[in-house]
Amino acid sequence: MDQKPSEPREMPAPPPEPTLNPDDYLAAYRNMLLIRRFEEKAGQLYGMGFIGGFCHLYIGQEAVVTGMMMAKREGDQVITSYRDHGHMLATGMDPKGVMAELTGRQSGYSKGKGGSMHMFSVEKGFYGGHGIVGTPAPLGSGIAFANKYRGNDNVCLTFFGEGAANQGQVYESFNMASLWKLPVLYIIENNHYAMGTAVERATAHAEELYHRGLAFGIPGRQVDGMDVAAVKAAGEEALAHVRSGEGPMILEVLTYRYRGHSMSDPAKYRTREEVQDMRQHHDPIELVHKRLSALGRDEEELKAVDKEIRAVVNEAAQFAQDEPEPEPGELWTDVVAAKD
Amino acid sequence: MPTDILMPALSPTMEEGTLAKWHVREGQSVQTGDVIAEIETDKATMEVEAIEDGVIQSILVPEGTEHVAVNQPIAVLLLEDDEAPAEGAPAVAPQPTVSEPAAAAPPQAPAAQAPSPGLGETEPEVETAPAGPQSRTVRAAPEPEVPAGTEMVDMTVREALRDAMAEEMRREAMSSWARRSPNTRAPTRSRKGCWRSSAAAAHRYADHGVWFAGIGVGAAFAGLRPVVEFMTWNFAMQAIDHIVNSAAKTLYMSGGQMHCPIVFRGPNGAAARVAAQHSQDFSSVYAQVPGLKVIAPYSAADAKGLLKAAIRENSPVVFLENEILYGQSFPVPKLDNFVLPIGKARIARAGKDVTLVSYSRGLAYAIDAAERLAAQGIDAEIIDLRTLRPLDMETVLTSVRKTNRIVTVEEGWPVCSVGTEICAQVTAQAFDYLDAPPLKITGADVPMPYAANLEKLALPSVELVVSAAKSVCYRENAA
Repeated sequence: MDQKPSEPREMPAPPPEPTLNPDDYLAAYRNMLLIRRFEEKAGQLYGMGFIGGFCHLYIGQEAVVTGMMMAKREGDQVITSYRDHGHMLATGMDPKGVMAELTGRQSGYSKGKGGSMHMFSVEKGFYGGHGIVGTPAPLGSGIAFANKYRGNDNVCLTFFGEGAANQGQVYESFNMASLWKLPVLYIIENNHYAMGTAVERATAHAEELYHRGLAFGIPGRQVDGMDVAAVKAAGEEALAHVRSGEGPMILEVLTYRYRGHSMSDPAKYRTREEVQDMRQHHDPIELVHKRLSALGRDEEELKAVDKEIRAVVNEAAQFAQDEPEPEPGELWTDVVAAKD
Repeated sequence: MPTDILMPALSPTMEEGTLAKWHVREGQSVQTGDVIAEIETDKATMEVEAIEDGVIQSILVPEGTEHVAVNQPIAVLLLEDDEAPAEGAPAVAPQPTVSEPAAAAPPQAPAAQAPSPGLGETEPEVETAPAGPQSRTVRAAPEPEVPAGTEMVDMTVREALRDAMAEEMRREAMSSWARRSPNTRAPTRSRKGCWRSSAAAAHRYADHGVWFAGIGVGAAFAGLRPVVEFMTWNFAMQAIDHIVNSAAKTLYMSGGQMHCPIVFRGPNGAAARVAAQHSQDFSSVYAQVPGLKVIAPYSAADAKGLLKAAIRENSPVVFLENEILYGQSFPVPKLDNFVLPIGKARIARAGKDVTLVSYSRGLAYAIDAAERLAAQGIDAEIIDLRTLRPLDMETVLTSVRKTNRIVTVEEGWPVCSVGTEICAQVTAQAFDYLDAPPLKITGADVPMPYAANLEKLALPSVELVVSAAKSVCYRENAA
């Protein structure tokens, strides 16, 4: 029996050497820096007791969602699980509203009732914010089903982690999405650790997660998730494939999180050297910084961007501390839907 | 602009810590991500990283200082680009900097750690939700099953569960793991269980201690005795088909041929601030299912004695633990073979005026309420159900026939709750003995909100229990 899966049909040609124009690099720099500084501030507010419960920071993975958002079109939807602050900011949600949700305040995106893991913005096409890993796969496929049903050409960008990629519901989704040629792009954010479990310890054939759709006829590609230009190029190619009506595609984006799984994670499952090596030699923001410098961008200009972002984040943090908690009566609202 | 570096909270429960070591000196430049200090909490030693670039201007707390309060300034950092804010930039007050726990902690063991490996004194390896008080030892009424004069040892619920599993795994005849090949992996790479309660077991028995629900049920059909650990029961929603459809019904469907001796265990109910999808009590959901046994202990002794019983049980058992109770200490009898009966409630406090019936963390409210009620001249009897299916109604009814009043206490939702069932049965079977309508104290009938103030309102409270008890005793509640 042939052990190697056959190449899927309609495998798109590999993308050309990825690069961005200077303005796109600057935009990517700004967006990634916003996520980085926002998450640093969130960690700080957690340390001060303003944020409670779980808080999963996206630091290190910024290029993934930033590149994908640069590739997507107006009208495309986004859904992910609970390492979600970066996705919210990247879809254009207001940092003040996101931070105020983290501190559990009335002005937060979910009126303080959802917290770090559960925020949504219908306006920005962000469908959450889900606490149970793996669930974005069927939910995103359902959003894609609605796109097809309505006859629009939007695609649902469906993010989940490499740990979730072992769940049954992911494969049930692959099957139906391929059968019905749903406009869904599955993005596996492979940061190598499912909480404290290294990917190769819990995942069969872990080096080729992008082939997980082969049996369903879903093409896949692996991307360097620390390079925003590579992510954008692969995202554009994949979205074009999906939008053309050919059915779903899988992008496995190789990335790395610097911080613990959540805030109270002493991280005994990896070495400090490993984390430092990623920070020093593979940092996605530093890479863009270098390319911008090589393109002749003035260092002062880049510093000004950082300063501007810090001000935005500080303002959000202040807002999130000053806003009131929800009214006690909010406990009983939004449980069941109102009649039309 | 100089900014204070504050003592960070390294876990949701940390209030103070020891500044074990400085990795920087005054005048030294630091960059974001540099390790600047090591801090010891009661649970672990964590490295602290700089989160902004700058120069350490002064160190305010020398290394070795104990009891440094969270948010106390420990050093002053001079930020790198200290210039006046750009014109037009929003005016933001300078904020103190709280340093971050580092992503990678040092490999050495925390000083306070107990001598044996993985004893539950350190932070769990994976995600941990905030927990309640860690050190209070609760003196509950002695177990009726424990012979007088038995030596008692204080241990946490987490340690009691670990001991129960390790002891049962050692019982060669009963254990499927013991017959399997020994662990050949390096201990540092073996999974220690989500909450360290299964740490020792996993160390010894490698991959055989933790199962997937459906795989576990199949193995149980074939005669093994798996223990399936859910990181939390919230995640068991993905596996409930196998608990209800595959495990619970098989004995019946096979006309008595096929047993399913399996234990599903893990923390159930609300933790703290982890919001709707991670805070819910499934007690009444599982208590409804014929074919299952459902256990929800409060004390460490019950956790140990009942988990051992669950592993020996020939029916599938749903074992509902509580995360906030994991770190709490209770006296546990030092007995070689401490196994408690499934389906038997325990009188946690004897009294004559009103019966408080509860289980799991609900007991914490009932016990505190009983103390307050005693001060007001009301002598409450507390029943700890311990097992939710089968329910020990005889113990409840005997108590109600004595006190003539009943209040049930649980953190779960009110509709079709465990308390609903108890109140219905008491009404049907002891109607003539009741001097007041039975009352239920439950969680609010909403998904768990994240906001601190709303979460408090969504859970029961000692005040509510006291008020309900006074109400059924027709005593006035102060406004």
